[in-house]
Amino acid sequence: MAVNAIEIDIQKLSKSFRNFQVLKDLDLQIRASETTVIMGGSGTGKSVLLKHMIGLISPDSGKIFVRGVDITTQKGPALDTIRSRFAMVFQSAALLNSLTVAENVGLGLKEQHRFSKKEINEIVIEKLKLVKMEHKYNSLPGELSGGMKKRVGIARALAMSPEVVLYDEPTAGLDPIMAGNIDELILELKQKFKMTAVVVTHDMQSAFYIGDHICMLYQGKIIEEGSPESIRHSSNDYVIQFITRHKSVQT
Amino acid sequence: MANPIAYIGIKALTLFQLTGELLQLFASTIYWSKHTFRNVDKIFHFMVKMGVNTLPIATFTSLFVGMVMVLQTGYTLEKFGMAESLGAIVPIAMARELGPVLTALLLAGRIGAAITAEIGTMTVSEEVDALKTLGINPVRYLAMPRFLACLCMLPVLVIYADVIGILGGASVAATYFHIPTKIYFDRMAESLQFIDIIKGLTKAAVFGATIAIVGCRYGLEAKGGAAGVGEATTRSVVCSFITIYILNYFITRLWL
Ligand SMILES: Nc1ncnc2c1ncn2[C@@H]1O[C@H](COP(=O)(O)OP(=O)(O)O)[C@@H](O)[C@H]1O
Ligand SMILES: [Mg+2]
Repeated sequence: MAVNAIEIDIQKLSKSFRNFQVLKDLDLQIRASETTVIMGGSGTGKSVLLKHMIGLISPDSGKIFVRGVDITTQKGPALDTIRSRFAMVFQSAALLNSLTVAENVGLGLKEQHRFSKKEINEIVIEKLKLVKMEHKYNSLPGELSGGMKKRVGIARALAMSPEVVLYDEPTAGLDPIMAGNIDELILELKQKFKMTAVVVTHDMQSAFYIGDHICMLYQGKIIEEGSPESIRHSSNDYVIQFITRHKSVQT
Repeated sequence: MANPIAYIGIKALTLFQLTGELLQLFASTIYWSKHTFRNVDKIFHFMVKMGVNTLPIATFTSLFVGMVMVLQTGYTLEKFGMAESLGAIVPIAMARELGPVLTALLLAGRIGAAITAEIGTMTVSEEVDALKTLGINPVRYLAMPRFLACLCMLPVLVIYADVIGILGGASVAATYFHIPTKIYFDRMAESLQFIDIIKGLTKAAVFGATIAIVGCRYGLEAKGGAAGVGEATTRSVVCSFITIYILNYFITRLWL
C-alpha cells in the first residue's frame, strides 16, 4: 500500500492550563485516509490534543500544519475555510439543547444557506439512519441517553460531509452492539469515502479493530506509536498495562 | 495585597482589557449584522420574549416612579403655589431620564442576565465549540440576533414606560394635589418637546446595545461549569449597570 499524504502535522506542541502542563513538545502526524487512534489515561490531554487539531484551543507553543498550513497562525475566515474540511464528535456530544435532534444534525447545513429545507431534511434522515437514530428525529437532547446523544453528535458531524473527522470517545457509553456499529461505520466511511479519522478511545477492542495507526499519549507526549500489530507486541510497560489492564503478561 | 500600587495597576489593566473586549465584540456584532435579513424571524422571536418578560415589572416600576415623582415634586411646588406646573416637570424627567435609565436597568437585570446564563451554559457545555466546528460563527449565531433585538426592543419598552409613568403622575396630581388632568397635560404639551422624547429613545437604544453586548461577552467567556455561569451572570449585570450609569452621564452632558 502506498503511504498516504500527511493530513495533520503536529510539531512540538505544548499547552498548559494555569500551572499544569498537559502537552509537552508533542509531535504527531496524522495520515490522510487512515484511522489514527489515540489512547491514553483519563485526564492525559486527549481531548485537549484533539481540540488543538481543529483550532478550538491555541497552543502555548508549537505548530500544527493542516495540509501544509499552520492553523495556529490562522483566524477568522481563513480558519473557517480550513475547518470546513473537518468535523468533530465531542466527548460530551455537545448538542444544542434548545434544538431537536433533526435541527442539531441539520444546523451546519442550514446556516450555510446553500441547501433547501427539503435537501437538508433528506441529508439529516440519511445521517440519522447511519447511527440508527432516525426514530428520535423530533426529540430534544434532554430526552436522550448519553450514548444516544453521542450517536446524534456523529450524525451531525457527518452531515457536513467532512474529509477529516475527529472522534472524542465515540463509543464510550454505548452498548457493545451499538459500539460495534459505530466501529463498522468508521471503517466504512474510510473505505467508501477515504475519510480520515482521528479517534480518541479507551475501548481496546475498537482501537485494534478500526485503527491503522495507534498512538499512546502519556505525560504530555506520544510515548509509543505504530501499527496495531506493533502496539500489541509493545515492550513498553505502560502500553502493556494499558491494553491488558495488568502490569505483566505472559505470551 | 502586598503592593497597593501593583494591585491598582492590575485592576486598571483588567478594566482596559474588558473595555477592549467589549468594543471588539461590538464591532464584530455590527459586522455580522449584515445577515440581519436572514435572521429576522429569530430577532423578532427574541424581541417578543424580551417584551413579554419585561412588561409586568416595567409597568409597576414606571407607574410607581411616576406617582412618587409627582408626590415629591408637588410637595415643594405647592409651597410656592406652583403645583399646576407638575405637568411641565414630571413628564420631561420621565422622557429624558427616568424612562430610559430605569427600563434599561430592568432589562439588564431581566434580559442581560438571561443572555449571559443562556450563552454561558452553552459555552461551558461545549455547545459554542460545536458551533465553531460546524462553521457557525458564535457572534453571528448567538450575539447578533440578541443585540439587534435588545437595540430595537428597549426603545419600544421605554415609550411604554414613559406613557405609564406620565399617566401615573397625572393620576396622583389629580387625586392628591387636585390638579385637573387637562391642566397637567396642557402643561406637558407646552413644555415637553419632541426632541426630549427622541433623546430619551436614543439613550434607550444605546443602553439596549450595551446590555446585549455585555450579556454576550460574559456568556461567551464563561468558564467552570454551572458555578462559573452563575458567577458570570452576576458580573454581567453589575457591568451592565455601571456601563449604563457612565454612558448616561456622558450622553446627557453631551446634549445639555
Ligand atoms: N479549558 C480548560 N481549563 C483548564 N484545564 C483544562 C481545560 N481543559 C482541559 N483541562 C485539563 O487538562 C487535562 C487534560 O484534559 P482532557 O484533554 O480533557 O483529558 P482526556 O485525556 O481525559 O480527554 C485535565 O487535567 C484537565 O483538567
Ligand atoms: Mg477527553
